[in-house]
Amino acid sequence: MKKALLLFTSLSLLFAFSLPAMADGHCMDALGCVEVGSDDPIVIGALLTVSGATSFYGEDSRGGIEIAIDARDGMLLGREIELVVEDSLCSAEGGQATAQRAAADESIVGLIGTTCSGAAQGAMPIISEAGMLMISPSNTSPRLTNDDVDAGGTYYPGYFRTAHNDLFQGAMGARFAIEVLGAETVATIHDGDPYTEGLAVVMADTFAEMGGEVVFQGAVAKGDTDMTAILTEIAASGPDVVYFPVFTPESEFIATQARNTPGLEDAKLIVSDGSFSSTFAGNVGAAAVGIHMTSPYVVGEDYDGFLMTWDDMFGGAPPSGFHAHAYDAANILMDAVEMVAEEHDGSLMIGRQALRDAIAAVEDYAGLTGTLTCQDESPYRGDCATGSALAVYEITEAEVDGAWPPAVVWDMSMSMDMMDEG
Amino acid sequence: MFRNRSGEFSWVDFTIDVLRVLIVLAVVVGAWNTLSSGRISLAQWVNLLAAGLAQGSIYALIALGYTLVYGILLMINFAHGEVFMAGAFSAFFLAEALNRTGFLNEQPLLAILLLIMFAGLVSMTVAVLVERIAYRPLRGSPRLVPLITAIGASFFLQYAFRGLYGSNFKAYPQLQALQGALQIGEFNIPITQIFVFSSALVLMLGLHWLVERTRIGKAMRAVSENKEVARLMGIDIDWVILFTFGVGGFLAGAAGVINGLFRPQGVNFYMGFIPGIKAFTAAVLGGIGNIPGAMLGGLFLGVIEAIGPNLVLAGLGIPGANQLKDVIAFTMLVLVLIFRPQGILGERLSETKA
Repeated sequence: MKKALLLFTSLSLLFAFSLPAMADGHCMDALGCVEVGSDDPIVIGALLTVSGATSFYGEDSRGGIEIAIDARDGMLLGREIELVVEDSLCSAEGGQATAQRAAADESIVGLIGTTCSGAAQGAMPIISEAGMLMISPSNTSPRLTNDDVDAGGTYYPGYFRTAHNDLFQGAMGARFAIEVLGAETVATIHDGDPYTEGLAVVMADTFAEMGGEVVFQGAVAKGDTDMTAILTEIAASGPDVVYFPVFTPESEFIATQARNTPGLEDAKLIVSDGSFSSTFAGNVGAAAVGIHMTSPYVVGEDYDGFLMTWDDMFGGAPPSGFHAHAYDAANILMDAVEMVAEEHDGSLMIGRQALRDAIAAVEDYAGLTGTLTCQDESPYRGDCATGSALAVYEITEAEVDGAWPPAVVWDMSMSMDMMDEG
Repeated sequence: MFRNRSGEFSWVDFTIDVLRVLIVLAVVVGAWNTLSSGRISLAQWVNLLAAGLAQGSIYALIALGYTLVYGILLMINFAHGEVFMAGAFSAFFLAEALNRTGFLNEQPLLAILLLIMFAGLVSMTVAVLVERIAYRPLRGSPRLVPLITAIGASFFLQYAFRGLYGSNFKAYPQLQALQGALQIGEFNIPITQIFVFSSALVLMLGLHWLVERTRIGKAMRAVSENKEVARLMGIDIDWVILFTFGVGGFLAGAAGVINGLFRPQGVNFYMGFIPGIKAFTAAVLGGIGNIPGAMLGGLFLGVIEAIGPNLVLAGLGIPGANQLKDVIAFTMLVLVLIFRPQGILGERLSETKA
């Protein structure tokens, strides 16, 4: 039975690869085609957090997508590009609801999103089932690209991301804590979101593997402002490092209140990209000096140009750290559409499986966030970022007074392990 | 024990009684485990208590707005959390301006007073406008109608502020005068928390004086007692209702500034949502419609939230106990609704009022 299934799968895969999306105007794609009429626009969907407390992440990504579209003058294959943004909130329910709406819309060629890993877990089963694909600019939970169900993986075909997998970021936090800060004990705090929980677990596991001791693993709730209770509990175990990869403003509350908690005055604090916002240091105030942040490390001339375009189009600077990832995600999607679309009688036929395959085959893609290569080998599938574009930043007085971003003090190439190997 | 009023056995009463026993057991076992482990020192418990009282007095100030309006109109003003946000958000800009000129740290007392007055007036205006535009035209319609409007008003206010000021988180400047801690014996109480508690107390005493000792306070009590009779006595009901919204709004705005000085971060358009729900819980805990009840309910909720996770949940071996702070708050709400629907201080309301 299993063999028959395997044979069937490989045969259908063979067909999917070998046949064009269309023969005599009929769609031959294993998952069907998106048909774009001669006067119709090419529709790109976006499932982003655009309301609620974390809406600035969604606005950040949306800006990146709009700049990518604008860079092509809003046209693809001679047709207008239409961007449809749905509010997927930052929850599994939000992801599920918007995925259902997107799946019902036959005109959508592909989706950019979601903002939060939690929303992606709700959305992907539906999107995958509908034969669609989604590229996330900011999901970082390791589970989303892991296809090993026994290991907690929740990978669904059609899922890709330009955001780095937390396995890189969590491990980097642990290495930095041990190798640079000389920490022996650590306490971690998450907020129940799969993103923050995944990061806290990876950090703690790596820290323990490297010989450190994890003295406390706890959680706060989103929306908490008073962190006295958990910080008091942490102070009781006196860790060298407190790692709290939660979002703002919870991370801001923790950072400020930790300094006023007896027993934690000298603990080193490490936060993640969830706090990488231009207002973090100023909001925390003097207590922010010396905090380390792990976050994407995007530099280069192209990126400077992007920032100028942002200032022209929206004014000011992007509100968070995933706009470049969104820009890359949108470009990968549009390039793939250009590659697989076939014209017949004035209308475009875009094979859904062909589109997935084209993105899975992306290799050495020069994006704003570095060189992207989409993984398609078990257990990790759909990860397009390589994790090289991550670094540790340190906040100083200058950032508290409004400068941004802080200076990079460390990256994985400086790790002792890497040096041994190199 | 397991019998209802008519003396028959009732499964509902039985379940409720079992629930009662289980809850008491869980609290006792959890607290015993924690206290006997000695994981948290006495000084740390005092810190938690002080933080809880400070947080609780902010809940209490917001809760008063819910209770005042409920006492008079028997409606839940679900836009009240946003009234709090409006004051806190607006005063943030003033605080920042005062900080830039250095006035904030030169004349902290005057600056705080100025901020509270400003936030109070903004929140008062918002509350009065919401009443005038969203609630008054619907007075006399079925109860669900103003409730839905309240939610609409709440969304309108949230996204109006987002449209005006963006979605980024902002933070109040930190006052030097409020840094540091007061040493009382072996206990360290942060000065901010003493400030929060005492300023909330002053505001509450002011409200008490207003309601019990002034003409308008008398009118408020009369309208709360019976609107029709109050009208016959020559009281301008519309004016009294508007005034009540204004007073509740002022307290919420003041709470916004006090909250901003206590927990400076997290200023954004969404900041009123959770405090709003918590304060509503506090108002119900204390007995909605009852002014001392709202104060007591707020303080009680703050303390339970601060101490509960470490005392009870951690003692029961529940992982990530502090994540469940909200669970404690809302479990309290459910328990009060089951066992004492009138709240801690509330009297049993008659059909017409409830």
